[in-house]
Amino acid sequence: MDRAKAEGYWKANISLIRNLLIIWAVVSYGFSILLVQPLNAINLGSVPLGFWFAHQGTIIVFVVLIFYYVAQMNRIDRQFDVDE
Amino acid sequence: MSVELWTWIVVLLSFGLYIGIGLWARVQETEGFYVAGRGVPPVANGMATAADWMSAASFISMAGLISTLGYDGTIYLMGWTGGYVLLAMLLAPYLRKFGKFTVPDFVGDRYYSQTARIVAVVAAVFVSFTYVIPQLVGVGTVFSRYLGVPSVTGLWIGVIITALFAVIGGMKGITWTQVAQYIILIIAYLIPGFAIAAILTGNPIPQLALTFSDIVPRLNQLQTDLGFAQYTQPFQGLSMLNVLMITACLMFGTAGLPHVIIRFYTTPTVRDARASAGWALLFIALLYTTAPAISVFARYNLINTLNGKSIEEVRQIDWVAKWEKTGLLRFVDKNNDGNLTIAKGRAFNFIPGTTRPDPNNPDTTSANEVFINNDIIVLSTPEVAQLAPFIIALVAAGGLAAALSTASGLLIVISSALSHDLYYRVINPKASEAQRLLIARIGILLAVLVAGYFGQNPPGFIAQLVAFAFGLAASSFFPAILLGIFDKRTTSQGAIAGMVVGLVFTAFYIIGTSYYGMPRFVFGISPEGIGTIGMLLNFAITIAVSRMTPEPPKEIQDLVESVRIPRGAKEGHYH
Repeated sequence: MDRAKAEGYWKANISLIRNLLIIWAVVSYGFSILLVQPLNAINLGSVPLGFWFAHQGTIIVFVVLIFYYVAQMNRIDRQFDVDE
Repeated sequence: MSVELWTWIVVLLSFGLYIGIGLWARVQETEGFYVAGRGVPPVANGMATAADWMSAASFISMAGLISTLGYDGTIYLMGWTGGYVLLAMLLAPYLRKFGKFTVPDFVGDRYYSQTARIVAVVAAVFVSFTYVIPQLVGVGTVFSRYLGVPSVTGLWIGVIITALFAVIGGMKGITWTQVAQYIILIIAYLIPGFAIAAILTGNPIPQLALTFSDIVPRLNQLQTDLGFAQYTQPFQGLSMLNVLMITACLMFGTAGLPHVIIRFYTTPTVRDARASAGWALLFIALLYTTAPAISVFARYNLINTLNGKSIEEVRQIDWVAKWEKTGLLRFVDKNNDGNLTIAKGRAFNFIPGTTRPDPNNPDTTSANEVFINNDIIVLSTPEVAQLAPFIIALVAAGGLAAALSTASGLLIVISSALSHDLYYRVINPKASEAQRLLIARIGILLAVLVAGYFGQNPPGFIAQLVAFAFGLAASSFFPAILLGIFDKRTTSQGAIAGMVVGLVFTAFYIIGTSYYGMPRFVFGISPEGIGTIGMLLNFAITIAVSRMTPEPPKEIQDLVESVRIPRGAKEGHYH
């Protein structure tokens, strides 16, 4: 396959990964650890929000991030004609 | 029928199933033995990965640990799930395209160096051995808790069962056994979770009950009344920096553990490798979002059942009497008022040199009269919820499934590192297919026997083993593989220097601070979290040395370009 197409495909992959890993880091290290105290001032249901992220929410976000990545990559694979 | 009889029936049935699967999956060629012939569909691979991943510790001990740690338990909840995001995006698809058998395969080929391959073999064997020992100990523990079998006998029963299906079925047998093991362990975990949620809150979905019922505020209030910090209050046992470092170390370590990585070699396509990371985390999340709910329910229930009640009265409760007999629950009436007091501090002093309470030596500096072993949180839940004996038996089978599935996944890594990477790729590259398969079977048999021996005579540092495994995986493999894919300029010299420095630094810090009284000289970071710093060191050194050494040969740069493109992967046939 030609070089320009390979580079375009890789760039699209990298930028998707970068965006999703920013969310990954903000939710896990940010909301659940660094910002847990201010977020605990807010309640979700009857649980402090920072605590909820640390024990529930972040794990759910992780699952969603992977399935979103899978769906997007399947699309990008077809778009650059590198799918299997 | 008694619980014990039920337990025997369920455990023996599940073992029969595992051996049956091993026989069905028997393999004739190395591709089947090492990577299940690349025929595992993504949902099945997700289940197998989840079972591979969730160990005896996740199943039996984690909820109890979290109920003691409160908020700080997030280090395990996020640390043991977040790595899958990294795997899905940064490693799995490219390693599947690379399409060989093992992690040292990739490291050795990408870094065009037998030295790199051997460093990877040593790291893979060491990391996997440190991890497999507690699994076999866990098998023994389940046998002794539920069936009254001495734990050493239980351990060897586990060793024999694992050896049977692993030697016959290789990775294919292990994979499909893990699928069965996942189904057993998740049912065994969720049913008591649903039941106790319904009893305590009226809402049977543990995750919703935790968030929307008033159980958390009630527990916080109870803790405040007894003089504890609130359950949801962060950083009670660990500083913010340590929570951050340990969480990161467990995440990056997850993504660097060979037994997890090789699961992604077994799918038919690259696309399936990505998808199976998603399924794996979804299946893991079912347990990992239920566990913290059980922690809250069980803690609330235990305090409520025991605190302020008369000792005579609580001993009438079946599960209290049962677990007091095993020593996992112990009472001492320090103030001779006939009632139990739960308070801050320890009920008993430890037996010198251990972290086990000494029943003859109450800790008089604390008013606390109740010792609760963490494991009791999960073990007693079905009894507290008054579930049928059949369900209690299922929990025992679930604990065994969790331990055996993780052990078998680790054993295939050890066996493949020795028989494929060391024997075939280094010592005798001309070995025939039949010879290689024979060596692989001998390798796994030896690995399981040696692991059994160490399980029976665990090394003194067993408590630090998990810190070791994750710290070393994070500080060696993760940077080497990541840069191998994402940075064409990374050279053999750079990767080797980075791995060696990462490994040596991390091992030195863990051993020094744990055993030789060395101060925690890097910002007071605990040994469990130091792998994060080891990893950063590895990255820095690999990148710097790579820029100072000649760029990798053309064919290696072509290899890197090819792993980035999904098309052209050697396709497997779905089983």
